[in-house]
Amino acid sequence: MSALIEARRVTRILPGVVPTTLVHDIDLAIGDNEFLAITGPSGSGKSSLLYLLGLLDLPTEGEVLVRGTATARMDEEERAFTRLSGLGFVFQFHFLLPEFTALENVMLPMRALGRLAEPAMRQRSRDLLASFGLEDHVDKRPDQLSGGQRQRVAVARALANEPPVILADEPTGSLDSKSSEQVFEILRDLVDARGKTVVAVTHDLELAARMDRRVQLVDGAIVADERNPVPAVGRS
Amino acid sequence: MSLVLDIAWTHVRSRARQTLVAVAGVATGVGFSIMMAALMEGSQDDFMRQLIDALPHIAISDERRQAPHQPAEEVYAATKIYGLTPEERRRGIKNPLAIMAAIESWVPGAIAPSVKTQAILRYAGRDVGASVLGIDPHREPKVSALPKQMRQGTLASLFRASNAIILGSRLAEKIGARVGASITVQTGEGVQISAQVVGLFHSGVRQVDEATAYVLVKTGQVLARQTGLVNELRLRVADAMAAREIAGRIERETGYKAVSWQEAHEDLLSAFTIRNVIMFTVVGAILLVASFGTYNIISTITHEKARDIAIMKSLGLPEATVRRIFVLEAVLIGLLGGLLGWMLGYLLCLGLGSVEIKSPFMDATRLPIAWSPLHYAIAAAVAVASSVAAGYFPARKAARVHPVEIIRGAT
Ligand SMILES: Nc1ncnc2c1ncn2[C@@H]1O[C@H](COP(=O)(O)OP(=O)(O)OP(=O)(O)O)[C@@H](O)[C@H]1O
Ligand SMILES: [Mg+2]
Repeated sequence: MSALIEARRVTRILPGVVPTTLVHDIDLAIGDNEFLAITGPSGSGKSSLLYLLGLLDLPTEGEVLVRGTATARMDEEERAFTRLSGLGFVFQFHFLLPEFTALENVMLPMRALGRLAEPAMRQRSRDLLASFGLEDHVDKRPDQLSGGQRQRVAVARALANEPPVILADEPTGSLDSKSSEQVFEILRDLVDARGKTVVAVTHDLELAARMDRRVQLVDGAIVADERNPVPAVGRS
Repeated sequence: MSLVLDIAWTHVRSRARQTLVAVAGVATGVGFSIMMAALMEGSQDDFMRQLIDALPHIAISDERRQAPHQPAEEVYAATKIYGLTPEERRRGIKNPLAIMAAIESWVPGAIAPSVKTQAILRYAGRDVGASVLGIDPHREPKVSALPKQMRQGTLASLFRASNAIILGSRLAEKIGARVGASITVQTGEGVQISAQVVGLFHSGVRQVDEATAYVLVKTGQVLARQTGLVNELRLRVADAMAAREIAGRIERETGYKAVSWQEAHEDLLSAFTIRNVIMFTVVGAILLVASFGTYNIISTITHEKARDIAIMKSLGLPEATVRRIFVLEAVLIGLLGGLLGWMLGYLLCLGLGSVEIKSPFMDATRLPIAWSPLHYAIAAAVAVASSVAAGYFPARKAARVHPVEIIRGAT
């Protein structure tokens, strides 16, 4: 079975008076049901790599494949559709629409995709929020929520269209340790209970150590890629 | 509610004050456009109505459009005639009764004869020049508004005295004559009669009221020294707009010159065309200026919402959907502005319609206002269309943004 997301010799150079190399020669295959940490010092290109894996950015060289399909030659429309239907994003800053309630924010990708009927969308959004302990906050706007609650709403929104993979950029970066733990547990549960793949950028090595696989970046290149030994049954 | 409409409405609603300013701009544009169109068309209609009401639709006169053909011309193709002194023709339309009967047989409408002379009216030592028109009191009411303009006496009063005369109100004032007075009428033909004033009329048009008098056709013929002839036949047709065609046919059939009201007032009608061009230019400019406000707010919103746009695009909302959100906001502003503009336009028209205008040349009147749903439809359509155009460009620019550029910047 082809990898969920695969980067083949991916290089991204920002054009400019002094061209900046964000990442170079990245080879990385991410399979199903993985819990992967991208670590590295600040400015090493972690976010940049995540944007490339999530089709938000285009590599200057190389190719990103989603389920074996090359994406470089897709037009913007197709890439947008791939993101909408198959990739979930969680950014470091919550990035919710400020004028809409938690429920409406979670419904947004569903409504854009239009696969479910309105009541079904509403129900699914409620269930998602409830499963993250937000049942009492569905009708609050982002400015009425705490940072941790916002980030949980963002995770719920990333899951809206049931993507097989969640890409999270420092999802716990701006949270205190309690909220941070809560969000981490949710991500852990997505992998263990729902069979998702979670790719999370983090510079918290302790958190990274609790994940299943760690990819370390330095100066835009992968310097280490280590997996935990397979602990129990069912893991490949 | 659809997602696009939902987001658009939220953006517009949460910027109530800015939105209101843009809406007010559009509403003002639409309102004043409607008012202007109503006023322009109203005054044009009013003027046309007065033309059509007050004047005959077709005037058949004893003139001819071309010099009469000479027999030699009809026989020899090479004939050229120079310095011809034509045979002196007696003025007037011959056999008016027969011609009237012939025309009445196919024209839906009414016809009345008149004899026109220039005369000096004299009373109590005062002389005033005036046009004296011989008319038929039975036929006249069907072609002119004269009976309605009578202040004293009626047209039938002309039958009461042997030489009866009806004077314009200002003319009577000028010579100081009242009903019952006996005045002297002297024409250029050298005829002088004494006539009894039996009535006064007031048309409201100064030039007419101070220089026109009416007598019977018979009296007019005596004054003009042309027994049995009339100068003019005036027609009032059922469909005023068909006057031009009917006039053409009368001219072909009778040989006399028949001038429709359209032909007589061609200069005025073309002046109206110019007026309308000016009006549409001004109205267009007003609505264009209004759309600047829409452009302004849409580009402001797209700037303020750059982050939201990045969020939506990073989630995978297609570019077209994002663009549609902002175009729809422009449409909402256009529609709201259009609706308010309708109300404003209606109120402005009501207000203007109740203003009384006094002029020394005319009686007091109200501003003529045309009530036409077309004005409302066009003004709103132009407003919405220009709002869409004004919103499209900032919307397109906003929707093209690559989300990652903004997301990078936000970190
Ligand atoms: N718009 C830009 N123009 C120029 N250089 C940029 C731009 N965005 C990022 N960079 C550079 O690219 C490199 C990689 O940035 P990136 O944000 O991917 O790092 P990161 O590993 O996510 O860092 P952090 O842990 O601080 O979030 C950095 O050295 C950064 O300075
Ligand atoms: Mg980063």
